[in-house]
Amino acid sequence: MMRYLAGRLLRALLTIFLVVTFAFFVLRLSGDPALLIMSVDAPPESIEAFRKSWGLDQPVWMQYLAYIGHALTGDLGNSMRDGRPAIQLVLERVPATLVITVPAFFLKIAIGVPAGIYAALHRNSFADRMTMLLSVAGFTMPSFVLALLLVLVFSVQLGWLPSSGSEGMTNAILPIVTLGAAGAAILARFTRSAMLEVLGQPYIRAASAKGLSWRRVVTEHALPNAAIPTTTIIGFMVGTLIAGAVVVESVFAWPGIGRLLVVSVANRDLAVVQTILLLVAATMVTANIIVDFLYGWIDPRMRTAPR
Amino acid sequence: MNEPLLQADGLVRHYQIRRGSRLFSQAAILRAVDGVSFALQPGRTLGLVGESGCGKTTTARLVLGLLPLTAGEIRLQGETLPQAGSARWRDLRRVMQMVYQDPLAALDRRIAVGRQVMEPLTIHAIGTPAERRDKAQAILQSVGLQGHHFDRYPHELSGGQRQRIVLARALILSPRLLVCDEPISALDVSIQAQVVNLLLDLQAQMGLAYLFISHDLRMVRQVSHEVAVMYLGRIVERGDPDRLFAAPSHPYTRALVSAIPVAHRSARQRLVLKGDPPNPVDVPTGCAFHERCPIAVARCRAETPVLRPVADGRHVACHLAA
Amino acid sequence: MTATAASTPIQRSRGARFFEAWPPLTLAALAWIALMLVVAFGADWLAPYHFSALDLRARLLPPVGFGGTWRHALGTDELGRDVLSRLIVSIRISLLIAFFGTLIAATLGTALGFAAAHFRRKVEWLILMLIDFHASVPFLIVALAVLAFFGNSLVLFVCLMGLNSWERYARIARGLTIAANEQGYASAIRQLGASSWRVYGIHVLPNIASTLIVSMTITFPETILLESGLSFLGLGVQPPLSSLGNMVGYGREYLTRASWILLFPSAVIILTTLSISIIGDWLRDRLDPTLR
Repeated sequence: MMRYLAGRLLRALLTIFLVVTFAFFVLRLSGDPALLIMSVDAPPESIEAFRKSWGLDQPVWMQYLAYIGHALTGDLGNSMRDGRPAIQLVLERVPATLVITVPAFFLKIAIGVPAGIYAALHRNSFADRMTMLLSVAGFTMPSFVLALLLVLVFSVQLGWLPSSGSEGMTNAILPIVTLGAAGAAILARFTRSAMLEVLGQPYIRAASAKGLSWRRVVTEHALPNAAIPTTTIIGFMVGTLIAGAVVVESVFAWPGIGRLLVVSVANRDLAVVQTILLLVAATMVTANIIVDFLYGWIDPRMRTAPR
Repeated sequence: MNEPLLQADGLVRHYQIRRGSRLFSQAAILRAVDGVSFALQPGRTLGLVGESGCGKTTTARLVLGLLPLTAGEIRLQGETLPQAGSARWRDLRRVMQMVYQDPLAALDRRIAVGRQVMEPLTIHAIGTPAERRDKAQAILQSVGLQGHHFDRYPHELSGGQRQRIVLARALILSPRLLVCDEPISALDVSIQAQVVNLLLDLQAQMGLAYLFISHDLRMVRQVSHEVAVMYLGRIVERGDPDRLFAAPSHPYTRALVSAIPVAHRSARQRLVLKGDPPNPVDVPTGCAFHERCPIAVARCRAETPVLRPVADGRHVACHLAA
Repeated sequence: MTATAASTPIQRSRGARFFEAWPPLTLAALAWIALMLVVAFGADWLAPYHFSALDLRARLLPPVGFGGTWRHALGTDELGRDVLSRLIVSIRISLLIAFFGTLIAATLGTALGFAAAHFRRKVEWLILMLIDFHASVPFLIVALAVLAFFGNSLVLFVCLMGLNSWERYARIARGLTIAANEQGYASAIRQLGASSWRVYGIHVLPNIASTLIVSMTITFPETILLESGLSFLGLGVQPPLSSLGNMVGYGREYLTRASWILLFPSAVIILTTLSISIIGDWLRDRLDPTLR
């Protein structure tokens, strides 16, 4: 067991490392950041000075080693726009993102899972078809379209909710709903198919034939078994808590990590972009490991399987 | 005639597994095959019997080269078996073929059966397309099917017909040895007899040797020239089928034979074995059978018996049989 | 043949039987996709105006039925460009990108999946690591970073779309190939002496093709959504080219005054992805071997 966990951790660290390296080289190889940041007609000396101050005059691999060296001590570079440490900038924005992604996460589960279960239990009924249609509509609609539609209806036409900014709680409602709706749709569909697969198994029929009430069959046999794959999906969704809101934050001008990423990318602010990528990779990888672990624990078949 | 077609010496196949819960698992060894030796002459049938999990199928796959040996040696026509996938191994497919338990799984459901029967010829680039088609038709006839079956798909045929297709495909290269792994278990009882008769006819016509693996003792008795009984990866008794079934020596064989259903259960007593069913991860010390054996003594726990010849030409691995 | 016409209550009308094989929703989806394909191919002939033709005297005209005229059936944008023409050209570009992206993803992913299943051990480990790596960062973010820094050639963009979805195909190809190899026809054919090329090309691939095709109906919409998201953020298809995503992006400022600029491309995106998903579901039911 310990061996397995250690192996997974190693793979996780390797993945994070790869992401950071990949980001580093891709960003550097795409052109001279100095030229991109400073305007074209700046005097050559100040461009050169800029380069020197950011260490951009060194060969790429030396820059890389320096970056890794600093990163291991917690220094992930400074923002080129701002001067402040990148990690500070990024961590400042995390709460704002979490304010919309965490409620959205719970919203997804609260709507998606029951809807999926209900649809599976009442297969081919009107409710099932409606749920499925809505859920398909939910995930085929791009998030920005949904966001704009909601803004159109609730801000412009009805005037109930503000359309952007982050002053008050009401500002958060539309972003949360947008994020939640897409996720709920995916979760509903997935839960439904997991339930259907479980319900089609012979042991469900056997349980029913034993004389158990349908309610008990569902709660004691079907749901726990369907919970296994559903939990894995939910686990993956945890991983997107940080990263999932890029587009939505842009539409609503919400000052979270997603928006910071878009702005930094437009500004070629290397350190910030790298730091965000590192953070996102770390979150997702951690979520994956937890999901793996959880899966191995709740699925009894995994406990005793020979390798 | 004195060089056996197939010679297996001390075949061993172990798997490394982990047992126990995720948290505290220990390494363990699964002894699927634990020292099996036999020789098969051309045109003869060796029947391999035993209960599920005794290692029969693993032995078959070792013989064909589909699994790597942990230890031991296999010689086909006097030549050590080459590594699976190598060019020489592929060549040797023309000598040794396999018939499977589940014919539906062994066939590609998207291709007409006739073309699948032809396929070995295409693979080994034998003959022109027209010649291959003719040969396939001929083989179909010889396994008891008709020309119009050529264009059918596997799911359109019955179980018995599918098994004949698998046979035809295996025979089209005129092999000398067929490894049959439970070839009739998946078929209806009435069809089983037909397929077995077909196998016997083909053996007479083509001089085929069979390694016939099954848990059905009666069928094995009919087809085999020699029978080997396996238990937990080892052969415990080997010899002439009629004599072996009439008067089994090894206690395990006795229990097996007593379990064969008969119409009038007058003479024979049913021997029920005590203890747990065999687990290849937990092979007992000494004789693998001693924990369930009704006549075990202290020596059986301490010392592993080897196959030794007894009176009527049989070989038994038991301290108490000689 | 059945007896008299009066005594056949069990025979359903031909209409009913037709709709059972072709559910109306699927028909509608197929019709929409057919329309999109026609538009994509015939964009040059169908567009009434050139997509970047300015007409500053006809700015922000509403579509017909809301105060506009048939001259600009879907209205105009802030520079007087005809929305219908831009829509037609955008459909072509977005579909092209999605099509080639899906093709690249399917080819690359299937090849890697086969490689992983065939070679196992180190190669498989490497490919699984790549899959992990890919799954550990939402591709949108990676794409953002790459695009911003590398500029926006269309070729790069299409390749990026391809890289988005390859891992689904790889996982499927690997899983199904391993299953086929362990027991069943693949190992039987190999047992006959076939080379691996033959086993994979002639036997395994046709058998898993239906699953792969259904996957395509999932990744194609994903690619459209990814492309339109990136274009919306200004990092995808760049002007003067026009895609569905960047039409929505440019129309955002005029949400209140001229919402038609972004509503029409949004509707097209939704209907197209919806149609492909419906077709995918139908295909999956159709191609399910247990129903055969």
